[in-house]
Amino acid sequence: MTPPLLTATGLGRFVADRWLWRDLELALAPGETLAITGGSGSGKTLLLRVLAGLDPVDAGEVALDGVPLDGWPMPSYRAQVRYLPQKPVTIEGTVEDGLRFAFGLRVHRGAAFKRERALDLLARVGRDERFLGARAASLSGGEGQLVALVRTLLLPPRVLLLDEPTASLDDATARDVESLVTDWLAGADDRAVIWTSHRDEQLSRVSRRRLELGGAP
Amino acid sequence: MNDVAYLRIDLVQLALAGSLVLVNVGLSWALRLGLGRSLVIASVRMSSQLLLVGLVLDWVFGLNDPLPVLAVAMVMATLAAVSAVHRTRRRFAGVYWDAFVSVVGAAFLVTGVAVVGIVRVEPWFEAQYTIPLLGMVLGNVLNGISLALDRFTEGVVARRELIETYLSLGATRWEAAHELVRDALRVGMIPTINSMMVMGIVSLPGMMTGQILAGAAPADAVRYQIVIAFMIAAAAALGSSGVTLLAFRRLFDTRHRLRSDRLRAVPRR
Repeated sequence: MTPPLLTATGLGRFVADRWLWRDLELALAPGETLAITGGSGSGKTLLLRVLAGLDPVDAGEVALDGVPLDGWPMPSYRAQVRYLPQKPVTIEGTVEDGLRFAFGLRVHRGAAFKRERALDLLARVGRDERFLGARAASLSGGEGQLVALVRTLLLPPRVLLLDEPTASLDDATARDVESLVTDWLAGADDRAVIWTSHRDEQLSRVSRRRLELGGAP
Repeated sequence: MNDVAYLRIDLVQLALAGSLVLVNVGLSWALRLGLGRSLVIASVRMSSQLLLVGLVLDWVFGLNDPLPVLAVAMVMATLAAVSAVHRTRRRFAGVYWDAFVSVVGAAFLVTGVAVVGIVRVEPWFEAQYTIPLLGMVLGNVLNGISLALDRFTEGVVARRELIETYLSLGATRWEAAHELVRDALRVGMIPTINSMMVMGIVSLPGMMTGQILAGAAPADAVRYQIVIAFMIAAAAALGSSGVTLLAFRRLFDTRHRLRSDRLRAVPRR
């Protein structure tokens, strides 16, 4: 059996004098898509943020390739385990500026922005060349999510943490996003996805395993 | 101090000046501004604080000993640090200490260099020079520090999502924050640059005016003003950078996480 890519052991987070979740165990195998479910306030977003190293934990440990999070330089960890927030931020300028800026970060030196590749990815979600020149400020929330997803796939991580990635998209585009992510996952054998969504049927389509948050005392 | 070159002000004259506050009180009453109480408190505080400081400084000037001079300097620096923090709207644990370190670092270094190396006061602790120069520098460092700190902490809150987008993509805490740091430094340094621009044209600076009133030749007073203006500019730059970098270390931890949870908003007065 292949060793898991990302693991969490005994993970717990204490918020406002109660455990939001605790003793949480998680092992994400290569090629797998894990769905995280739970009501509003069950801490789905917080769990993804913790896995991305953006929030501290109060108990337990996260490890990538068996190496605890504390053993990784954070920039290189986050280059591999990438969190996409539900509400993406628009970067000033055009969509293309918003895709390019991440290539200037030190952890991605050596990678170069390829316009063709960006256009390929955008075409998968029904956007053409004109979209690259659009002002980021004029985008809808759903389009902002597309830009964020394309940006991340241009600098491919190994683990993708998707927080309601299609929350503001119509059904057809949501399906496009699903197939884009599924194809990306199949593109290499050391990739995995964690996905949260309010669309139950979406989670059934993209994943075979679920982790239910909340309900625990 | 018997043959002073200026007119002394006695208590009756002080009381006459105090009656000028009736202008404010009258306006407040006529327009129902509700400022009467604050005006009276402010007037009483200002007068008693200054009279008290006058007594303390008279005493310190007479001692001719470095320790009391340093003690007064430390008290002034502490008050400047506290006031700088009180002007900001968001605080974090350790902010008073960070402000104090920045105030002392910037103001003492610049004043020390100026007193010893530029004005060449002998001995260095001659209170007549050290205290007023330090006071001028502190006032401006306070301003720079509070502006920089306010801009930085506000920026952390306002641009939290953007900063975390950078971090999620693998940015170091410095890559994610350097725009914010630059903004804070600019805001901290702009007032001193602006005031230098118009100095002598639009404004006659307080220290220069004071020296002229005390009988100094305007040409000499102007030279002192030039020295102090450069001191202020340097100290404000040092203080703003110091406090911004210290705040950066508090709000971005070594695991490259933004810790906006460490900030709490203070209700506006």
